[in-house]
Amino acid sequence: MAEFNITINGKEQTVDADPQTPLLWVLRDHLNLVGTKYGCGIAQCGACTVHFNGTAVRSCQLPISTAANNEIVTIEGLSEKGDHPVQKAWLEHDVPQCGYCQAGQIMTATALLKKNPNPSDKEIENAMYGNICRCGTYTRIKAAIKTAAKSEQS
Amino acid sequence: MSKVKTGIGRRSFIKSVSFAGGGLLIGFNWLACKRPNEDGVEEMVLEMPEEWFEINGYLKIGDNGVVTIYSPNPEIGQNVKTSMPMIVAEELDVDWDMVVVEQAPLNTDIFTRQLAGGSQSIRQGWESLRTAGATARQMLLIAAANQLEADVADLTVDKGVISHKGSDRKLEYGEVAKAASQVAVPEEVELKDNNDFKIIGTSRKNVDGKKIVTGQPLYGLDVYKDGMLIAMVVQPPAFGMQFKSMNADEVKSMPGIVDVFTIDTYPEDMEKEWSDTAAFSKLAVVVGETTWQVMQAKKALNVEWELNPDLVKKMQILEKSAGMDGTSGLENTNIHATLMAETGARNSEVVRRDGDPEAEFKKASRIIERTYTCPFLAHNCLEPMNFFANVTEDKAELLGPIQTPEYAEKSVNKRLGFELEDIDIQMTRMGGGFGRRLYGHFLVEAAVISQKMGKPIKLVYSREDDMTNGVYRPAYHVTYRAALDENNNLTAFHVNAGGIPESPLFANRFPAGAVDNYLAESWSIDTNISVGAFRAPRSNFIAGAEQSFLDELAEEMGKDPIQFRLDMLKRAENDPVGEKNDYDPARYAGVLEMVREKSNWGKETSNVARGVSAYYCHNSYVAQILDMSVNGDQPVIHKVTCAVDCGIVVNPDAAKNMVEGGTVDGIGHAMYSQMTFKEGEPQHNNFDSYRLIRHPEAPKEIDVYFIENGIDPTGLGEPPFPPIMGALANALYKATGKRFYNQPFINELKSGVKVKG
Ligand code: FES
Ligand code: FES
Repeated sequence: MAEFNITINGKEQTVDADPQTPLLWVLRDHLNLVGTKYGCGIAQCGACTVHFNGTAVRSCQLPISTAANNEIVTIEGLSEKGDHPVQKAWLEHDVPQCGYCQAGQIMTATALLKKNPNPSDKEIENAMYGNICRCGTYTRIKAAIKTAAKSEQS
Repeated sequence: MSKVKTGIGRRSFIKSVSFAGGGLLIGFNWLACKRPNEDGVEEMVLEMPEEWFEINGYLKIGDNGVVTIYSPNPEIGQNVKTSMPMIVAEELDVDWDMVVVEQAPLNTDIFTRQLAGGSQSIRQGWESLRTAGATARQMLLIAAANQLEADVADLTVDKGVISHKGSDRKLEYGEVAKAASQVAVPEEVELKDNNDFKIIGTSRKNVDGKKIVTGQPLYGLDVYKDGMLIAMVVQPPAFGMQFKSMNADEVKSMPGIVDVFTIDTYPEDMEKEWSDTAAFSKLAVVVGETTWQVMQAKKALNVEWELNPDLVKKMQILEKSAGMDGTSGLENTNIHATLMAETGARNSEVVRRDGDPEAEFKKASRIIERTYTCPFLAHNCLEPMNFFANVTEDKAELLGPIQTPEYAEKSVNKRLGFELEDIDIQMTRMGGGFGRRLYGHFLVEAAVISQKMGKPIKLVYSREDDMTNGVYRPAYHVTYRAALDENNNLTAFHVNAGGIPESPLFANRFPAGAVDNYLAESWSIDTNISVGAFRAPRSNFIAGAEQSFLDELAEEMGKDPIQFRLDMLKRAENDPVGEKNDYDPARYAGVLEMVREKSNWGKETSNVARGVSAYYCHNSYVAQILDMSVNGDQPVIHKVTCAVDCGIVVNPDAAKNMVEGGTVDGIGHAMYSQMTFKEGEPQHNNFDSYRLIRHPEAPKEIDVYFIENGIDPTGLGEPPFPPIMGALANALYKATGKRFYNQPFINELKSGVKVKG
């Protein structure tokens, strides 16, 4: 066990955990931030996606020792009132079915739009490749990303 | 208007319901009352009332007019948590914006059939939900009439505001809720005419939408309670094996680990429920403080496994009878294939025979025979199996994702000996169900572990545990034969279907009833691999196979595939063969005609390959046309057009979402997914090697159309899933010139299919 300082959603926190503990489990088990989901644990499903210094990463693969002293944003911190343009677009398109994958989808989508504010269909598909939706909401996810891109530009 | 007796499930309408506000609810908080308004953008916040009044078991009304509706059935992504309360709200005549929805816990005194399965929630809940709303409305009206000293007949309601005809006096629901809660439950109430629906048939957003997109706790895995420990199981690596011994003591001293032991979930003398399917009863268990620590301890745990002599012997005998000597008795996918191809049909039983099919096959001038297969599948709900349990001396509290809470309660009763009233089961929103969570062994395991520890625990399956735990969709195999006369008329039809360990046959479904000489046969082969219902059980294979065969048959007969089906359906409608046909030919034809028109069938563009399919299951009808091309060995799905007849559509946009999802799911599983076995061991344990459909592989566009016929609603969770597999196979043929008989199709596509130039 060791102590780590980590900035999550703008708030500095101290965590006592084994250095190898993935950020995913630190968030869920230690910090009570359960919006970041466990789906596979091997970087294959995207359910655990968070922003690491602004880039989308799989938190199941990010040891707390690496995450420490960096800026982490989770779904809970994406916007203060849940009104990020991507979240709003998600609600407008009523994207979720079971909803379990959606936090990860949203985190990947927001990172994509930051880098590429006006992605083509192909760019969306490729950027979202790593996020599985077992319920099959892919067409709505794409539509919501396009709506969000438009609203961010206007 | 129709009158219904409120007598059915009368206790539902009796007041003083004890569960409201039960401490275990995952957290009814202020966010529950915040949700997007109907344009999805602006946020609306409801003020909570100072006092609630229970009107009946389905709803309570606050002094300020806010209404809480309890959604009875488990929510697995099929949207019942929104659509079932919509039905109550409709008859209650309340403004949907004033409604807050809460998941009801298991309560058999109030609700009937709290189960997510068979696409039956809306169909079977239709009348009781409406009656609950209408009864409450009537009680509010009686209370208002008393207060106004008026006749109930002179009162009207609009959005929770009661108006008196002939005066301008008005009362809001909140003002009479208290009095209404004292009114005797009426014997009989009136239900609305369909034409008067204001909520049913309009699109309403997912009531959990805001929580989902902001990452609020909703799911079983999100449950964290004071003093709660994490438990994980270690199960045998292969079907046919069992626990022998382990190095528990070494692992117990690892950081954060509290205990390591074994449990026997289902002792031999326990009377099991149908939902107690579990491949492995004796499991090693690791309990610790955090999930990661327990995962590490699991890795360090050295368990010795041994063959289960009875199980392997059974398979050795079976394999020997098929000519395979000296096998281990642990199962292999290639042995399964041999068994199904060689011995299955030898042991088939006739399930239905019309006319004299054998004679017609003898006379036939041409016989077309094709065989189709599919592999085992894992459900792979994105949220792995888990459950929270807090079993104390006198009570078992259980909270988590379960599709069959009522059966799980019986299992806990039998396993732990608690009376039913001392078992409290509450459902979380589920990260997918697909049939997997019908089988609640994980709930029973959690209860047993919690009892043993004397502490609240959350049982967590890793993805690997989840994927290798069994309860799979069975492997199936079907051979179709058609007899044609010299004029290319279809004279006889033969289906012989089987699988491991069950047959996918539906003997009385189309084309039964449309062919004079019809033979349906069935067989099955035993296995040690546990299986269970998987979204549209059996239909999820046989639909695609049948619809591929009919496509090939139409081609052989020189007919348009849609017209061919329509002609057969006409026959079944006008002059049905046999009596037990379990579909309505006119509704079946209706979706085919609709999809033909909406997709501009017959006017296809040259570089798009199209396939059609239609199927009836779970009381609903779906026809689909899939447009695709093949790029190298990569399938590209351009568009799918769907026509659906599920009667009244309660929540149209959400229903579309469900059809889209079922379509994507069907394409995904038929194209990419399979579970294989080597010496009893599942060969895939995570998404690196088990393929699920991903973003670029999904259709670029899905159009969904509903038949409007005002018929009472039927289900939608399953029906869009099976037929798309046939449309995919038929489109693949158009794209490649080659028929696809064996799922997952990607295997044959990758093995060097030349794209038709
Ligand atoms: S849980 Fe991290 S990618 Fe699946
Ligand atoms: S909505 Fe269920 S996994 Fe995506």
